[in-house]
Amino acid sequence: MKFKALTAIAALLAAPAFAGGADDDTLVLNGEIEMTTKVAAPAHMAETGIDEIISGWHFRSDETQQLQTDDFENQGMIFVDQGLETWQTVDGSEGKSCASCHEGPESMEGVAASYPKWNEEAGELRTVQMQVNDCRENRMGAKPWKYDAGVAINVEALIASQSRGMPVNVAIDGPVAAAWEAGKELYYTRTGILELSCASCHEENYGNYIRADHLSQGQINGFPTYRLKNAKLNGVHSRFKGCVRDTRAETYSPGSEEFIALELYVKSRANGLSVEGPSVRN
Amino acid sequence: MRLTSLTAAIALMAGAGFAETVAPSAVQFSEYGELEASLTGQPGDAARGRDIMISRGKGNCLACHEISALKDAPFHGEVGPTLDGIGGYRSEAELRGIVANAKMTFEGTVMPAFYKTSGFTRPGDGYTGKAAKEIAPILSAQEIEDVVAFLLTLQES
Ligand code: HEC
Ligand code: HEC
Repeated sequence: MKFKALTAIAALLAAPAFAGGADDDTLVLNGEIEMTTKVAAPAHMAETGIDEIISGWHFRSDETQQLQTDDFENQGMIFVDQGLETWQTVDGSEGKSCASCHEGPESMEGVAASYPKWNEEAGELRTVQMQVNDCRENRMGAKPWKYDAGVAINVEALIASQSRGMPVNVAIDGPVAAAWEAGKELYYTRTGILELSCASCHEENYGNYIRADHLSQGQINGFPTYRLKNAKLNGVHSRFKGCVRDTRAETYSPGSEEFIALELYVKSRANGLSVEGPSVRN
Repeated sequence: MRLTSLTAAIALMAGAGFAETVAPSAVQFSEYGELEASLTGQPGDAARGRDIMISRGKGNCLACHEISALKDAPFHGEVGPTLDGIGGYRSEAELRGIVANAKMTFEGTVMPAFYKTSGFTRPGDGYTGKAAKEIAPILSAQEIEDVVAFLLTLQES
């Protein structure tokens, strides 16, 4: 406490708020679920020099943090409700809804924590949205949703919210090992005219301000994310696209093989942090 | 070394009226990343350099550096070191080299190269996310000179 007051004074003196790194607040959801927002880094990160993984929540202002502590304040939950409506709505030639096969959304507990995941039958690595589209096409006889578009994100948020508080735990070995390596390669590739990689900002510089933005570790345990900036839910791949664009590079598209691999790699860097989706960010 | 003194000689001549801009692909850095000669043969304009450093679409140096002399412009970043007093301990040649391509001075630095047109991975067309059609350096040769002129005014206060 003493230390905090002191840094607060120092920050005031230093004019712009150089808050310096993650704060040490704690995130308790609805006064009930204690979230793990800082934890020892998974073993595969030994070579990165990062020994603690930290949720993006710690890098946001107190006001923004507050919005995520209570479902009545979290605007992302409005879209979860809309996702629930879609969940129960019949669509496609088979006359089915998600609920016809899966009953309530509680059946999705643990899903967000373990995806992207290998699908043995299809022989492919799948994100949650890919799995949902597979159900739509092959079980409901419905059209696949556009990647990261409104309906798809609402349903993804509904699914994520069923795992809140559970530790992220994606597998990185076996059949997904090659995709994980490809994702890692992308994470460290310096792209664009500015020649920056994900690591340039989120590994070497988290905790530092870049102009007005307080850099986090770029974790995705909180996705989909409700951003105050655009007042809607944002998907993982859309965020990746925005960050790559900001290096003045030609981006990849949401749903592309590259972003699926990158999602697996980045998600594995969150192994141990609580699922927070939908989170609130600025 | 030879080459540098050669470019210096050319620049001297340029000053005498043969002004010739050094293209990004023709820039020759010293072993330590310095650029002795002006890229344009023209002196830099510190006032313009100041605007370029603040402007997000130009140098946007404030994204990463804190500079007390630019406190009237909002949001200074902390990715790079403060540039206060930099004109006092870095030479003009060092500063020109760092602004043109900091990677020649600081291996692997996150600081972008402002006078470079090749060797990029997936270069984009500005901030559109689309592929680049042609690649211009982020700053023109004269803009580099202007920024260097401004940096030289940053003496210990
Ligand atoms: C030029 C700097 C820069 C680069 C390069 C960059 N990002 Fe970001 N990123 C930001 C900023 C600024 C934010 C917003 C503040 C924050 O959450 O860190 C952000 C936010 C994020 C977030 C949201 C985190 C949250 O808690 O909501 C994710 C995820 C992310 N970045 C991933 C990536 C990935 C993956 C890459 C590489 C493909 C990348 N970033 C490259 C600057 C960058
Ligand atoms: C994306 C971040 C970034 C941007 C943008 C950036 N720099 Fe830098 N700069 C750095 C870093 C980091 C260093 C430290 C070098 C290192 O060790 O990597 C640096 C070092 C320097 C130095 C040497 C400082 C010293 O103490 O020797 C100068 C001079 C400099 N930058 C000027 C500029 C100017 C001028 C601009 C804009 C035209 C600019 N920088 C834009 C990150 C940046």
